Amino acid sequence: MALYTINVNGKNHQVDVDSDTPVLWVLRDNLRLLGTKYGCGIAHCGVCTIHMDGEAIRSCAYPISSVENKKIVTIEGLSENGDHPVQKAWIEHDVPQCGYCQAGQIMSAASLLAQNPNPSDEEIRRAMNGNLCRCATYTRINKAIKTASKEM
Amino acid sequence: MTKIKTHLNRRSFLKLSAAGGAGLMLQFSWFSSLASENPTIEEAFDLNGYIKIATDGTVTIASPNPEVGQNVKTSMPMIVAEELDVDWKNVKVVQAPLNTAIFTRQLAGGSRSINESWNALRMAGATARHMLVQAAAKSWGVPASEIKVNAGTLTHNANGKTATFGEMASAASNIEVPKEVDVKDIKDFKIIRKSHLNVDGPSITTGKPVFGLDVYGENMVYASIVHPPAFGMKLESYDASEALSMKGVDSVFTIDVYPDDYERNRFDISAFPQLIVITGDSTWRIMKAKKTIKANWVPFSAYTVKMEGNSNGEKVPSGTENTEAHYTEMIKKSKENAKQVRKDGNPEKAFSEAAKVIERSYTAPYLAHSPLEPLNFYANVTADKAELIGPIQTPEFMEKSVAKRLGMNLDQIDIQMTRIGGGFGRKLFGHYLVEAALISQKLKKPVKLIYTREDDMTFGAYRPTYQATFRAALDKDNNMVAFHVKTGGIPESPLFANRFPAGAVPNYLAESWTIDSNITTAAFRAPRSNFMGAVEQAFLDEVAELAGKDPIDFRLELFDNAIKKPVGNKNDYEAKRYAGVLKLIKEKSNWGTSKNGLSRGVAAYFCHDSYVANVVDLKMVDGKPIIEKVHCAVDCGIVVNPVAAANMVEGGSVDGIGHALYSMLSLKGGVPQQRNYNDYHLIRNNDAPHDVEVHFVESDVHPTGLGEPPFAPAIGALANALYKETGKRYYHQPFMMDIESKYLQSEANV
Repeated sequence: MALYTINVNGKNHQVDVDSDTPVLWVLRDNLRLLGTKYGCGIAHCGVCTIHMDGEAIRSCAYPISSVENKKIVTIEGLSENGDHPVQKAWIEHDVPQCGYCQAGQIMSAASLLAQNPNPSDEEIRRAMNGNLCRCATYTRINKAIKTASKEM
Repeated sequence: MTKIKTHLNRRSFLKLSAAGGAGLMLQFSWFSSLASENPTIEEAFDLNGYIKIATDGTVTIASPNPEVGQNVKTSMPMIVAEELDVDWKNVKVVQAPLNTAIFTRQLAGGSRSINESWNALRMAGATARHMLVQAAAKSWGVPASEIKVNAGTLTHNANGKTATFGEMASAASNIEVPKEVDVKDIKDFKIIRKSHLNVDGPSITTGKPVFGLDVYGENMVYASIVHPPAFGMKLESYDASEALSMKGVDSVFTIDVYPDDYERNRFDISAFPQLIVITGDSTWRIMKAKKTIKANWVPFSAYTVKMEGNSNGEKVPSGTENTEAHYTEMIKKSKENAKQVRKDGNPEKAFSEAAKVIERSYTAPYLAHSPLEPLNFYANVTADKAELIGPIQTPEFMEKSVAKRLGMNLDQIDIQMTRIGGGFGRKLFGHYLVEAALISQKLKKPVKLIYTREDDMTFGAYRPTYQATFRAALDKDNNMVAFHVKTGGIPESPLFANRFPAGAVPNYLAESWTIDSNITTAAFRAPRSNFMGAVEQAFLDEVAELAGKDPIDFRLELFDNAIKKPVGNKNDYEAKRYAGVLKLIKEKSNWGTSKNGLSRGVAAYFCHDSYVANVVDLKMVDGKPIIEKVHCAVDCGIVVNPVAAANMVEGGSVDGIGHALYSMLSLKGGVPQQRNYNDYHLIRNNDAPHDVEVHFVESDVHPTGLGEPPFAPAIGALANALYKETGKRYYHQPFMMDIESKYLQSEANV
């Protein structure tokens, strides 16, 4: 066990955990930021997607020791009032079914649009391929990203 | 207006005391047994009423059923709000508690939530509206028939009187409960049939903790399980010394989830009734530590599970099984005598005299449900109470299981339903809830049990593996005069003997067989239909081709037979509605035209009381199917919430297509060969259809389900489009293994 300082959604937190603890479990078990989900633990489903210095990463694959001095943003910190263009588009298109994967989808989509504000259909599909949706809401996800891109 | 019986009585109602703030609380009989005759509004709120109207006009409606992504948490309260006649903007929706005395069938399964609760939900809303009107009539001294209700406001025009529901709520709570109430004419619906956004949308998109996995209690311990690595094995002994020496690990012990003398209900499925449990102070530490537990697993001998309502019990054979051998056994079985389930006319004669006969065989593998939220549950069991919170499709059944297993009374069990992060049938089977309860009871602490993805995928309760052989006979004029289906699976047969084309063909034979196994299986989205609908529709495409007929025209001819002179009197479907979705898809997809070099296939299927037809447009690019568009035509009666209904159909179609193309759970020596999403292939964004277009038949008939019906016909349409594109028929799921020539040798020899 060791003390780590981790910057999440603009705030520093000190956590006392094993050095190999994935950021996912620090967020959930220690900080109780529960919007970031567990799905596979091997970076193959995308439900744990967060931003690290603006890049979308799978938080289950990053040990706490690798993220000190990085700026972490989770779904809870994406916008103050849930009004990021991607969040608004998700509501407008009524995307979620069960909803479990959607925080991860939104974080991947927000990162895509930050880097490429006007992606083609092909670019959207490729960028979102790492995020599984077991309810298969893919067509709505992609339409919502198109809508959000108009506001970026 | 239509009159319906209310099933309510005087004692059903809860009167709110003025001290607690005035309001109307519509409730059902269970309140009469509560100690407090006049609870305050705060107490009432804690008890989660069905409908609550506060003096400020806020209406709280409890949604009774588990929400698993089918969007009932929005659509069920919409039905109540419609009959109550309130402005949806003023409605607050809460998840109801489990209470079978109040609610009808609190279960998410069989696409039956709306179908079975439609009348009860309308009744609840209409009853409250009736009482508000009576209260206004009394206080204004006017006949109730002269009072108009609109969006939460009561008006009497002649007297110029008006009151909001909030203003009249207190008075309404003193009104006699009506014996029967009027419900609206369908043409007067203002909320139903209009799109309303998911009530949990804002919570989901901002990461609020709404799922079972998000339940964290004070002072709880984290728990995980270790189960046998193979079906056919059980625990002999284990050494947990290394795990126990690791930081944060509290304890390692075994639990008997379903002991030999426990009589199981049909949702108590588990291949592994004894488990090793590890507990500790964080999820990560127990996930790490459990890998160090050294267990000695041994083959078990055949045994019998005690089952409710089945005096013979259920036999569990011994042995460790293999997918290769399963296919060989199924093919052998398909050629032996089977159980005749339905016979019309003289099929033997018809086949021997036919001008043309065609025979084809199909297979499909086990599938793991793999909802993205893994199995998990929170339990806090004390001496006199068991509090259980988490994702469960069958809370009514699991309440009984837990009570029986813990040795407690039903009223000591409190199951709270969270939003469910995907189920697809898997979370009908609540052994994980019982496990969490047993762990908490043993430790006398609150516990959060969580399965790893690997635990979830290798634990069993899969979609069964199936095989079907079809034969059809055409006369010299290319009319289908005989149809024969012989089908089975491990361990169940997927046959629906009374479904189409039964009733549409003069000579018909349906036969069924099964093979026993110790690999547990369970209902998977559109149980049995998910295979039968797909393969029957692929076969009929070949029959139509042999007959030289357009596949839609060929089916319409058959439905015409079933409408004009149905064969037999036990046909499960309405031929007219079946034909209706085909006609709609023909029109909406511009069937008969071709565009941009895309190949098209069509299919239609009826299951769970709804009718769905699909056209799939695709092309092959670099050996991979690119699906440009899926067209869907649906008849589910009244469409309660169009935006959500379309979402269900879109997702269901893509889910069917995804599983048929990519997914397979195989076994070697009883060991599941896929353990996580790296080797178990689910459809991803880049593989998914680029567009799904949904059309509903306009209908005033009783609403039916949508979670399951779109799954199977999409697979049929996919298979038929793949044939048009490649010139090759695909008989074995998942199709990509065939396309990439990776299918099993035994399958190739079918």
